[in-house]
Amino acid sequence: MRGRLSARHTTLLGLALVIAAVPWFFPSAYYFRVAALVWVSGLAAVGLQVLMGQAGQVSLGHAGFLGLGAYACALGPKLTGLPVLACLPLGAVLSGLIAFVVGRPILRLRGHTLAVATLGFGMLVTMVLTGENGLTGGPDGIRIPRVELFGWRVRGAETWYWIAGGALWLGVWLALNLQDSPSGRALAALHDSEVAARTLGVDVARHKLRAFVVAAVYASVAGSLLGMMNGFVTPDAAGFLSSIEYVTMVVIGGSASVPGAVVGAALLVLLPQALTVFHEYEHALLGLMIMLFMIFLRQGILPGLAGLLAGRCLGAPKPVASAGARA
Amino acid sequence: MVAELLQFLVSGLTVGAVYALVALGFTLIYNASDVVNFAQGEFVMLGGMVTVFATAAGVPLPLAAFLAVLATVAVGLLLHRLAIEPARGASAVTLIIITIGASIFLRGVAQVAFDKRFHQLPGFSGSDPIPLLGAAILPQSFWVLGGAVLIFLGLWLFLERTLAGKAVRATAANRLAARLVGVDTAKVLALSFGVSAGIGAAAGVLVTPITLTSYDVGTLLALKGFAAAMLGGMGSPLGAVVGGLMVGLLEALGAGYVSSAYKDAVAFLVIVAVLFALPQGLFGRSGVERV
Repeated sequence: MRGRLSARHTTLLGLALVIAAVPWFFPSAYYFRVAALVWVSGLAAVGLQVLMGQAGQVSLGHAGFLGLGAYACALGPKLTGLPVLACLPLGAVLSGLIAFVVGRPILRLRGHTLAVATLGFGMLVTMVLTGENGLTGGPDGIRIPRVELFGWRVRGAETWYWIAGGALWLGVWLALNLQDSPSGRALAALHDSEVAARTLGVDVARHKLRAFVVAAVYASVAGSLLGMMNGFVTPDAAGFLSSIEYVTMVVIGGSASVPGAVVGAALLVLLPQALTVFHEYEHALLGLMIMLFMIFLRQGILPGLAGLLAGRCLGAPKPVASAGARA
Repeated sequence: MVAELLQFLVSGLTVGAVYALVALGFTLIYNASDVVNFAQGEFVMLGGMVTVFATAAGVPLPLAAFLAVLATVAVGLLLHRLAIEPARGASAVTLIIITIGASIFLRGVAQVAFDKRFHQLPGFSGSDPIPLLGAAILPQSFWVLGGAVLIFLGLWLFLERTLAGKAVRATAANRLAARLVGVDTAKVLALSFGVSAGIGAAAGVLVTPITLTSYDVGTLLALKGFAAAMLGGMGSPLGAVVGGLMVGLLEALGAGYVSSAYKDAVAFLVIVAVLFALPQGLFGRSGVERV
């Protein structure tokens, strides 16, 4: 099997199978809702993986773009009279443009400095969303009108499950293609060493900016979907904690791996749901699980497990650190 | 006019002193390990909350404050021993996520062990504002500023005059070289976690009478402290102090003269502007990057 199918195709096929198969096990609409949430968060995480895992740049304000996407769908119909669905690409273009303008100067910064700059961007977005009461509804949030497609009202958890699943699959497909493209190779090169990449003729600034814009567009689309699904959005969606959550998804799943981002998203969406049975201990347990995963699977869940399996099958410890399973 | 400015300056310096203490905590741990410890804000929260609940249980305030600092130091050491030490050798990003997990964990535990309400401590020497050149200044502000100065001095003496402090500085300068001359850098990291936790807790005790405390005050403090540490230059204790005070002042002046809704925006815009001009921060080492 593996000889015929490339890792990329196996991943895409696997993801399609998972999306198609899990509804068989769903006893109620609630499960569709949670799963749709996993796919949408996964979409945002996959975008962030392009920036973090492939280009090696950290963003602590990524939820800002998510918020832009969601609020585009809330405010777009009001301000322009366009249908809600048309506001999704509008929000994506807007986020991409903002990422382009903001990214040009701030991507010159590195490491923790870049983290602070993106943090500032995220805070700025949240502040505007919270502060401009008249337009955005302030801290209480704002309603997003129901989606209509040729007179058909898109509603119900199950419908959104398939829409979100489809969007995630497309997103993963694009991200995997990007990883294997010349651009992806350039990102991998500058991730390892910017100086080395530059001497090889890689336009470092341009590629970084491109990854930043890609990540912003992913986040914006995910934000739009999330908003339309919930019919509601609050500034918290764009907040610092939300940004941190996406970063955690990418790292805990395995930042070098595209499907890892989806696994990370699944974990961080499902864990709190599963832990609600522990009532007040929910947060303590969530924190504990994050710590344990990172201590025992340092490369992230997917590459870590792959490393463990490979090590067991071949009987020889594989250098997990460098392999990192670029699936 | 002057009174107004003075009012803003004092409140800015008071908040800034707390940011400076948080930033110092970041700096100490960063210097020993390249890790940005996102649980730093939770140390501040623990300091405040333990004091509140100990005084409520009838413990006199000074003893309660001492107990709070002691308990938080223990938490810091345990965090290092149980979460950071087992992951030794992992990448900085992995360790940072562990500290994020730790911060969620500590917040979750505080929510169960204490409660979800806001709490206040009485001012250490009353809460009648002291008039000064037309401005009204809370006596607790002087406690915060004085306490912060004492902590800065104590830390400076520790780093400059003691053998352990010199080991900390050697580790910060060059970890490999420090290890080669016999510094136990793992112990230095444990020490950094302990001292950072203690400083954070002290900040929490000092500021609670002014700003109140609850199980989730740590996030915002960590965020501001991190920004302050970056502004001053990550890794420089002096930078942390200056950065913290500057962020506090910017916030207070921004709230006073621009808009209270956008006070954080003012602070962050200035920080980002400074970082464009000086990517290493105000007092950061302009290190040569190895290729």
